[in-house]
Amino acid sequence: MTLDSFLASPSDAAKRSGPNDRIVLSSRVRLARNLRGFPFPGWAKKGDRLKSLEIIREAVSGLPQMENAFAEAMDNLNPLDKQILVERHLISREHAAKTVGSGLVISKDESLCVMINEEDHLRMQALRPGLQIRQLWQVMDEFDSALEKKLDLAFNSKLGYLTACPTNVGTGIRVSAMLHLPGLVLAEQVNQIIQAVNKLGFAVRGLYGEGTEALGNVFQVSNQMTLGEGEIEIVERLSKVVAQLIEHEENARQKQIEKSPKTVLNHIGRAYGILANAHSISSKETMNLLSLMRLGIDLGLFPGTDRNLMDELFLITQPAHLQKNYTEKLSAEERDLLRADMLRDRLLKVSRPIPRFPGAEGTTLDKPASP
Amino acid sequence: MLCDVCKKNEATVHLTQIVENKMQTIDLCEGCSKAKGVDDPTGFSLASLLVGLGVSQEESTASATTPATEPSEELRCGTCGFTAADFKKAGRLGCPDCYQTFAEQLEGLLKTMHKGTKHTGKIPGSHPARDVAEQVRELQTLLEQAVQTEDFERAAVLRDEIKKLKAQPNPVRTA
Ligand SMILES: [Zn+2]
Ligand SMILES: [Zn+2]
Repeated sequence: MTLDSFLASPSDAAKRSGPNDRIVLSSRVRLARNLRGFPFPGWAKKGDRLKSLEIIREAVSGLPQMENAFAEAMDNLNPLDKQILVERHLISREHAAKTVGSGLVISKDESLCVMINEEDHLRMQALRPGLQIRQLWQVMDEFDSALEKKLDLAFNSKLGYLTACPTNVGTGIRVSAMLHLPGLVLAEQVNQIIQAVNKLGFAVRGLYGEGTEALGNVFQVSNQMTLGEGEIEIVERLSKVVAQLIEHEENARQKQIEKSPKTVLNHIGRAYGILANAHSISSKETMNLLSLMRLGIDLGLFPGTDRNLMDELFLITQPAHLQKNYTEKLSAEERDLLRADMLRDRLLKVSRPIPRFPGAEGTTLDKPASP
Repeated sequence: MLCDVCKKNEATVHLTQIVENKMQTIDLCEGCSKAKGVDDPTGFSLASLLVGLGVSQEESTASATTPATEPSEELRCGTCGFTAADFKKAGRLGCPDCYQTFAEQLEGLLKTMHKGTKHTGKIPGSHPARDVAEQVRELQTLLEQAVQTEDFERAAVLRDEIKKLKAQPNPVRTA
């Protein structure tokens, strides 16, 4: 089966929903595991990598969770397929660069994905829309317990699960949530919040790692420490932090509407104007403007338009998803033209934003900044 | 500001993390941030980047009681052939046994990176330590209940039992 026929269409993928997905785009729990008696993938010779790949692939594919899964060796996937998987957040960029001796298995519903011979022999992750960290830990725990019956995993009682990088040793768990925080960015509070979250031992980074100025106002929060703290503690602490971030984001949005309604309307109106009328637009600008339109939908400025449409556009305007529709290799400039064409076409049915927030009367001006 | 990795390009990606009240910062250029997987939502951690740069190692040796790790440079893992120099370069280990080979070097590093130096999480079902860990967990639940119901006598007994179990060397399953 080809990857293309296996994966859900972008529009179906965007329709998946979960609790709090107005702000939490997705949650993820990843476990790192290794086989005893094999060098880690980065140090292993090709023969060892092929052997471990075969052992793991067979064990993983045999689990009931992986019935009708997509299982493939990385050298059988073309660069475009790999990039599509990265854009779907199913594999890491690091894994996309792998070839002989690495592989992947993706469950039918795409909520489970196992990367074989990435940095560790096994990187297995459960991914779902919205805030579902606790449930995902249960899913992963069960999956891991089933798998450990078939594999001899590297574990010692002092250091826990042994991983290629000492930063993952112990539980080998990385719990993360991807958050859409345009309110905190507009309120210029996001850096403060990031520092507070850092102090709790969690990392915050942008969707594509541009430091604190995250593309599309999307931020990832994840645990850093994996030793000396149990999985449940980590999951609980992160869940609490995410719940607080949701509250801060909602408050920031509310405050911005009250304090600077014109500024917010201006941002959203311009975002719509450019997206619906541009003839050339980069992927980066697209993400930032779609984020503002998504905010506009959340705030009731686009009656009748569904948030799913923004999530779909967010996905299909990314380079590999765009390229997929064309047989000839596109240059970045060509992609910018075709991306703009697609956006104009898809936004044809979306009416321009209403001129005031639902419930607000007349023209409200921004309040002067208080000292 | 120049990139900490290549020391050539202008740094555009700035990362700050505070781990146990110690601030760690790193500045990267676009290219290096991509190469180091800073844009990879699951793979990146500042600590792992610092390992590669030897920053954390310097910090940890400064805080440890043992002086510099010079002679260990020749240390080689008997299972996979990985050396301390390889570790410094790659920031990754060669095989699971490397944790034993480089235990001394790792000790300080693990302390700076993590909350503790002892695993307190899940234990595979087949592992001998599982039985004790399970018992401890069960007793801890009972202990919490006892404290909540203010049955302090029982709590004291349970506490002693937990202490005893934890003090045991790893039991070897005889079956
Ligand atoms: Zn650089
Ligand atoms: Zn080794």
